[in-house]
Amino acid sequence: MALEITGIAIPSLICIFLFLWGASLFFAAAQSPQGAMAIFVVGKQWMWHLQHPEGPREINQLHIPVDVPVRLTMTSEDVIHDFFVPAFRMKMDVVPGRYTSEWFEATKPGSYHLFCAQYCGTLHSGMTGTIEVMSLTGYAQWLRENSTAESMAQMGLQLFSRLGCDTCHLSDGTGAGPALQGRFGKQVTLRDGQNRVMDGAYVRQSILDPASLPLPNYRPVMPTFRGQVSEEHILQLIAYIKSLASGERTQAP
Amino acid sequence: MFFIGGAAAVMMRLHLIEPAGALVQPETYNKLFTMHGVVMVFFFLIPSIPATLGNFLVPMMIGARDLAFPRLNLLSWYVYITGAAFTLYALISGGVDTGWTFYTPLSSHYLNTHVITTALGVFITGFSSILTGLNFIVTIHKMRAPGMTWKRMPLFLWSIYAASVIFVLATPVLAIALFLVGLERIFHVGIFDPAIGGDPVLFQHLFWFYSHPAVYIMILPGMGVVSELVTCFSKKKPFGYIFIAYSSLAIAVFSFLVWGHHLFVSSQSVYAGFISSALSFALAIPSAIKVFNWTATLYKGSISYQAPMLYALGFIGLFTMGGLTGLFLASLATGVHLHDTYFVIAHFHYIMVGGAVMAYLGGIHFWWPKITGRLYHDGWARFAALVIFVGFNLTFFPQYMLGYLGMPRRYAVYPAEFQVLDVMSSAGASHTRRRLLDSIRLSSLVHPLWTRSRIESLERERPGMGDAIAASHR
Repeated sequence: MALEITGIAIPSLICIFLFLWGASLFFAAAQSPQGAMAIFVVGKQWMWHLQHPEGPREINQLHIPVDVPVRLTMTSEDVIHDFFVPAFRMKMDVVPGRYTSEWFEATKPGSYHLFCAQYCGTLHSGMTGTIEVMSLTGYAQWLRENSTAESMAQMGLQLFSRLGCDTCHLSDGTGAGPALQGRFGKQVTLRDGQNRVMDGAYVRQSILDPASLPLPNYRPVMPTFRGQVSEEHILQLIAYIKSLASGERTQAP
Repeated sequence: MFFIGGAAAVMMRLHLIEPAGALVQPETYNKLFTMHGVVMVFFFLIPSIPATLGNFLVPMMIGARDLAFPRLNLLSWYVYITGAAFTLYALISGGVDTGWTFYTPLSSHYLNTHVITTALGVFITGFSSILTGLNFIVTIHKMRAPGMTWKRMPLFLWSIYAASVIFVLATPVLAIALFLVGLERIFHVGIFDPAIGGDPVLFQHLFWFYSHPAVYIMILPGMGVVSELVTCFSKKKPFGYIFIAYSSLAIAVFSFLVWGHHLFVSSQSVYAGFISSALSFALAIPSAIKVFNWTATLYKGSISYQAPMLYALGFIGLFTMGGLTGLFLASLATGVHLHDTYFVIAHFHYIMVGGAVMAYLGGIHFWWPKITGRLYHDGWARFAALVIFVGFNLTFFPQYMLGYLGMPRRYAVYPAEFQVLDVMSSAGASHTRRRLLDSIRLSSLVHPLWTRSRIESLERERPGMGDAIAASHR
C-alpha cells in the first residue's frame, strides 16, 4: 500500500510541475507585447499572402527585422491552415471566419522554414515558405526598395470609396450609417443592449453580415459585401478604419 | 483490413524516401494516409481485441455460456461488414483525402472525393461498436457465475468493461459529427463552414470528444491482455490488483475530459487549453499506476520468455515510451511546437502499434491454443516478436526526432534536411517490419500445427489460458 501511494504521489508531483511550467510559458507566449510590429496574414489553398502595414505585400515569404517583436493577425480565405515556424517554436491555426494571432521575436538573422501545419488539401505540403530575418538596417532598406505607393490604410481608404461605403458612413454623422471617425477600439451598444468592442473581428462581421449587428438609431439598410471583398481587402478596410480612430490623417495619394 | 491499412503505410514510407516524393502524386499520398488512418483506427484497432479475444474470453472468464445477447453479437458482426464494405467501396472507386480526422470545412465543402461513402462506412461501423459495448456491459453485470465477484474478475474483464463504457457513451458523438458533415455536404446546412454561418472549430470539439476516448478503447483492452500475460508468465499474483482494476475505470472517466488537448492551437481560448492540459496530466497517473504494478508483478517473479510474454514486455516498454512522450504533448508550451508534427505521429504509433497491436499479438498467441486446439511454432513466434520490436523502433523512433526538428505531418514533399531520418524510418517500415514480419506472423499462426499433445502440458504452464474460474483464484 505504501508502495502504491508512493507510486501515485511521485508521478503526480512531476506532472503538476510539468503542467505549471508548460502553462506559465504558454500564457506568457499568448500575450503579445505592446507595440509589436504588425503583419497581416491570409492563408489560401495553397499559399500564404502576407502584408506589411506600410503596404508591401509578399507571397510565401516574410521579411522582418531581427530583435523586434512581430505580431501576426491571421485569417483564411477557405479552409483551416496553420502558420508554423519551427525555429520560433510557434504555431497557430489560421481559421476561416475569424482572426487568430501569434507573435514572435527573432533573435538571429537568417532564413527560416514556414510550414502549413494543418492539413488543407491536395498541395498542403507545398504550402511552405521562408521567414527572412534581417538586420534593422537591412530591413529598412528592404522596405524602401519594396515600398508601395500606398500603405494598408490608404488602400483601405480607396476601397472605402470604391465600394461606396463613404456614401452612407459620412464623417459628420448625417449619413444612413454611423460615422466611423474615432470609433475603433471603443464600445458599441447594439439594438438588443449587447455591448461589443469595435475591433477587427467586429468590423469584419459588419462588412460581411451587417444584419447580425443592428444598431439603435440606424435602419438596417447596409447590404452584405460577402463575395465582393477578399479577406485581404477586409484587412485593408480595417487598417483604414483603425487609422480613423488614432486621428492620424490618411489621405489618398 | 489490417493488411490494406498496412499496405497504405508502406507505400507512404517508400514515397517519403526522397524529399520530392518518390512514388505518387500528392493527391494520391493524401488518399493513402487517409485510408491508412480510417482503416486502422475504425476497422482494425477499435474492434481488434474486443471483437476477437473479448467475444471469446468474456463469457469464459465469468463462467457464462455465451454473451448476454448472442444474436445482437452476430448482428454487430454484420453491421461491421456492411460499414467496411462502404469504406472499401470508397477506397476502390477513387479514395478519399480528408485525413481520418475529417476536419471541416475541408471535408464538408472543399473536397470532391468520396467523403460521404467513407463517413457512412464509419458511421455504420459505429453501431457495431455500440452493440458490442452494450453486450459486454450487460454480460459482465448480469451473468457472472456464483462466487465470481467483481473483485475476483480477471483484470482483462475490468479493462474490457471500461472500454465498453466508452464504446457506448462516446461513439454516438462521432456518429452525430459525421452525420452533420454529411448534412452540410449534401444539403448545405451551415453547421461548420463559416461562409454559410457555421463554426469550423465546432467539428473538432465533436470529433475529439469521441476520438480521444477512442484512443482508450484501443489501448484499454490491450492493457487488460498484458495484465493477464504478465501475471501468467511471471508465475505470481498480479501486484496491486485493485489498483490496476480501478485505474482502468479512472482512465475511462478521465478520457472524456481531455479532448481539448487536440485543440491547443485551434483558436480555442487559452483557459480551455489550460484546463485540458491539467486534465491530460491527470490522465497520465492511472496509466503510470498500471506500469508500476506490472513492473512490481514482474519483480522477483519466475519469468519465462515465451512468445506472448515477449509481446507483453515489448508492450510495457513501448507503451511507457509512448506515454512519457505524451507528457510533452500535454504540456502547453511544448505542445504548441510539437502539435501536428511527426512527434505526434511517433507518439500515437508507440501507443497504438507498440501498445495495442503488441498486446493483440501477445493475446492471440497466448490464447491461440485455447481457441484452435493447436499450437504455433514457438521459435518462429519468438523470432517474429523480436523482429517486430526492432522494426517498430527503427520505423518510429526517428519520427520523434523529425517532429522535434519541425517536420509537419501529412507532407507528401518535405525539405531535404529531413531526408536522413525519413529514410531511416522508411527502412524500418518497409524492410524489417512488413516484409519479414507479416509473413512470419502468418506462418507462425496459420501454419498447420502439429502438436496437439502439447496442449495439455500447456494448461499447466499457463494457468490464465484455460479455466478462468481457476485462474481467478490463482
